[in-house]
Amino acid sequence: MSFLTTRGLTAHYGDFQALFGVDIMLNEGETIAIIGANGAGKTTLMRSLSGVLRNSPEMITLDGRKIGAMSADEIVPLGLAMVPEGRRLFPSLSVEENLLIGAYGRKIEGYWNLEKIYRLFPILAERRSSPGTALSGGQQQMVAIGRALMSNPRVLLCDEISLGLAPVVIRDIYAAVPRIQESGASLIVVEQDIGQAMKVADRVYCMMEGRVTLEGTPQSLSRDDIHAAYFGVGA
Amino acid sequence: MIWVDTIVQGVLLGGLYALFAAGLSLVFGIMRLVNLAHGDFIVMAAYLILLLVTLLGLSPFVAAALAAPIMYLTGWLLQKHLLNRTLGTDILPPLLVTFGLSIALQNALLEGFSADSQRLPTGAISTASLDLGVINVGVLPLMTFGSAIVVIVGLNQLFYRTELGRAFRATSDDPTTASLMGIRPGDIFAKATAIAMLVVTLAALYLGMRSNFDPSIGPARLIYAFQAVIIGGLGSLWGTLAGGVIIGLAQTIGAAINPEWQILAGHVAFLVVLLVRPRGLFPRAVD
Ligand SMILES: Nc1ncnc2c1ncn2[C@@H]1O[C@H](COP(=O)(O)OP(=O)(O)O)[C@@H](O)[C@H]1O
Ligand SMILES: [Mg+2]
Repeated sequence: MSFLTTRGLTAHYGDFQALFGVDIMLNEGETIAIIGANGAGKTTLMRSLSGVLRNSPEMITLDGRKIGAMSADEIVPLGLAMVPEGRRLFPSLSVEENLLIGAYGRKIEGYWNLEKIYRLFPILAERRSSPGTALSGGQQQMVAIGRALMSNPRVLLCDEISLGLAPVVIRDIYAAVPRIQESGASLIVVEQDIGQAMKVADRVYCMMEGRVTLEGTPQSLSRDDIHAAYFGVGA
Repeated sequence: MIWVDTIVQGVLLGGLYALFAAGLSLVFGIMRLVNLAHGDFIVMAAYLILLLVTLLGLSPFVAAALAAPIMYLTGWLLQKHLLNRTLGTDILPPLLVTFGLSIALQNALLEGFSADSQRLPTGAISTASLDLGVINVGVLPLMTFGSAIVVIVGLNQLFYRTELGRAFRATSDDPTTASLMGIRPGDIFAKATAIAMLVVTLAALYLGMRSNFDPSIGPARLIYAFQAVIIGGLGSLWGTLAGGVIIGLAQTIGAAINPEWQILAGHVAFLVVLLVRPRGLFPRAVD
């Protein structure tokens, strides 16, 4: 059963149209990857889903509810959390405070709490009192993921969690993905770097210039298909 | 001994200025908003306390306790329904709106209470003093200073030890990302201004007990408050207390040399600090 769906999703920045009728769906417990070159519209799609960009109500449904026009603070309590592109930790908050603020205003117990996040990323426990922004890029990414998990989301959006990180660090970060999947959350993983995303995803969407150009399971898609959908040239 | 006395008086006067300034500092620290009507809200709160004192025959302290929730609500509504609409990348709209608010408030107070100067009845407390051997210290100035410390400690605790305080800091850093945490920035701003109005009420209580007030004195209180905030460093509450003390000291020392120099000396101290430390004494690390 489709859990999160977009239908004919469009998005604009002033006069500039960034999305042209995007249709994607995410099933409960599923992980999908959204890949595409820089500027394809992946972040715009994530910002629309999370409510940072507002749309018409019917363009996005979550668990049968029309959420397209809701603001981010209304959508988070419905069970959708985002790890934003560029991590965006709060500089005035320590590591632990950055994590705690992910659970702002919610007292409901769920799978994820501070202790579980520290078990997922033990290095964060050691750095808990440091300012979030004093950490290395990889550690900051861990904080950003942990912060989003603290709200115990049913859907977690990850926007380029490997951006700017060394391959070994990316491997460490992606090692956490199966444990997030086991906690029951559905995932949308956005990447320019296809390799890691294809490994964890059940299905893949490829975007180019504000449109979905290809979809399928990682096994069913050939390198040439992806290349064509990604760069828009006949491979 | 006269100098010790002058310095103690100056420090204590700084407590009053810190109370004027703490609310301004809080609001500025969270939403980069300078409320030009801040001083007029202090005067408005003083009239509210006076009204409760006269109508209900209460002591000023009890009246202030009753005025506090009214001012809290006023601040919340003001921020939620008016000032939030002015916030954005352009810094001019909030300045224009609060400037207009300042004029409107002054005129409303003038209409309601006339231009006569008023004072809150204090009874024995206004003349009571403590004999500390070398000097005599007024009880009221001491209470003012003590209240300023309590307010600053309290606001710091709120800021650094509570969930609301975390939300204040996060929203101040990055409102969009804060909304991804389920925080509603508009509500956070409304709470901040509401809390600032609690401090405004306390400032009004001491202002009204220590000196005469009339509808026109708000802008001068704003200037002292603003100078204290700038001297201390934008967004630092302890800095605001230090700023208040510096202005208080400069004014009393100036007045001790020549009574006409009181106000001028405060402004000169402000300019000197600005020259030496343009970002204030305790600027925030992240900005
Ligand atoms: N804030 C913005 N204002 C104007 N244009 C933007 C803004 N953000 C993104 N865009 C444009 O929208 C398009 C899609 O961008 P984005 O969604 O960030 O792509 P991606 O995440 O796939 O790299 C790009 O052409 C980009 O230049
Ligand atoms: Mg992007």
